[in-house]
Amino acid sequence: MTKAQQKIIELDAPASAERLAALNIGDVVYINGLVYTGREGVYRRILDQGEKPPTDLAKLSNINFHCSPAASIDSDGNYTVGAVTATASFRFSKWMERWFNLTDCKVVIGKGGMPQSDYRDYFVPKGAVYLTTVGYGTGALLGRGIKHVPKAYWVDELGIAQAIWILEVEHFGPFLVESDIRGNSLFEESKQEIDKNIEALYAGLKKPALRRYGETTKRTDEVI
Amino acid sequence: MIPETVIQDAAHEITRQAAIRIPEDYRTGIRDIRAGEQGALSCFVLDTMVDNWDAAVADQRPMCADTGLPRYYVKFGNEAVIQGGFVALERALRRATAHATVSVPLRPNRVHPLTREDHNNNVGSRAPEIEYSVEPDADWLDITTVHKGGLFGTDYRMLFPGDGWDGIKKMFLDTMIQFGRRGLACQPAIVGVGIGGSKDTCMVLGKQAACLRVVGDRHPDPEIAKLEDELKELGNQIGMGPMGFVGNSMVVDCHIEIAHTHTGGMPVSIHSFCLSSRRAVVRIYDNGSTEFRTDPKWFTTYHRREEVE
Ligand code: SF4
Repeated sequence: MTKAQQKIIELDAPASAERLAALNIGDVVYINGLVYTGREGVYRRILDQGEKPPTDLAKLSNINFHCSPAASIDSDGNYTVGAVTATASFRFSKWMERWFNLTDCKVVIGKGGMPQSDYRDYFVPKGAVYLTTVGYGTGALLGRGIKHVPKAYWVDELGIAQAIWILEVEHFGPFLVESDIRGNSLFEESKQEIDKNIEALYAGLKKPALRRYGETTKRTDEVI
Repeated sequence: MIPETVIQDAAHEITRQAAIRIPEDYRTGIRDIRAGEQGALSCFVLDTMVDNWDAAVADQRPMCADTGLPRYYVKFGNEAVIQGGFVALERALRRATAHATVSVPLRPNRVHPLTREDHNNNVGSRAPEIEYSVEPDADWLDITTVHKGGLFGTDYRMLFPGDGWDGIKKMFLDTMIQFGRRGLACQPAIVGVGIGGSKDTCMVLGKQAACLRVVGDRHPDPEIAKLEDELKELGNQIGMGPMGFVGNSMVVDCHIEIAHTHTGGMPVSIHSFCLSSRRAVVRIYDNGSTEFRTDPKWFTTYHRREEVE
């Protein structure tokens, strides 16, 4: 049995350039300090519709979590966040460059990463890294790391799932460094390795009578 | 006679248990697959999952923030009598779901498919789903809840008799690989394969094979059991582990269920029950007493029968 032996790093928010430069893909990261959630609702409102951010995000933190918390607001206006889970980030590619410019965000936490070209085009020029959640069903562990929810913005305008939640966290994780400031990608590295074996798996299996539409080379082909 | 209140309380309890406690058979399955895992990152993910399950039980919070789609499978003993009948049973299950959404809490995942309107209680039109089966010579009621998450890892194809076992293997590989990358299917999973029936039965069977049989269970037909072993092994030979990292843990177990089908076709469906393989079961006896467990015991000899009685 191989023992899991990644480097484990406690990262304070806001994350400094030196600390980020020291991260390598595959490192395990826990976060301490403030992070904020923000996803398509926020990106659309600020970047596409030109709305001013409800607070100076750059001052608050430079860590943007692609997340919908299982959260509630009680009658006194207090916030409770139970379990949290990241949402798939690849859908947010088109906003990242402008988001980085506007907020000086340096760390994106999400699920499943983005295409490596996004890291090269948008992340590397800004010295930003991408951290992925693990599993991905680690809601209970992540929920533990949230100590306090000081504020939520745009709950009425965007709803609980899409609002900006400010989370005060301690030993919040684990996350894996999926892309470092050099634009390396853990998922891409794994893919390259795994792909070497793929053709061999299919060797000797006869072709089914009916092909699938996507398996044909042209959309005008018949599937038979 | 089984009272409606007992059903509602028991259904609430299994819904809570399912969300928080990973079934023992799956946990053991992950332990075994971890023992053979060579990839360092894959090991790390599996270890983290075990930590997460421990945290969920210790803190009594859901293991995954996506609490899936709660649904129920009801097996009636032929002699069971429910106070208020079937309508009372369904009412109890819908109420239990709404109550658990607040009390656990579960994420209100159920929305109208087009307007996306959310009732915030996981109840709606045809939600939670309730499926039925029967068992002779029994006066109890078995209720299983399954909270299946995951938008990925499922496929259906109409294969043909001539495609044979090769066709199924190829489809299996396609499904595992395409949804395994980046861990979209949140593998390693219990993979259920439905073979035969009509399109709809094929889908239902495959899903039930994934969600209603425990890790380590084998089909009573030795030929089918052999195929289960073969597919499990094939999945774990891909070279992929959790999150799509290099590894050899894709499939914790594989379960196949068959239904007699059209002579010209061989419909196949594949379903992945993710790292949060949530199921919990209660048996309610005629005197109102309850017994909790995690093995649905859904596929009985009677349920799989082939002959005319
Ligand atoms: S597929 Fe399962 S483990 Fe993954 S996020 Fe959904 S419920 Fe959680």
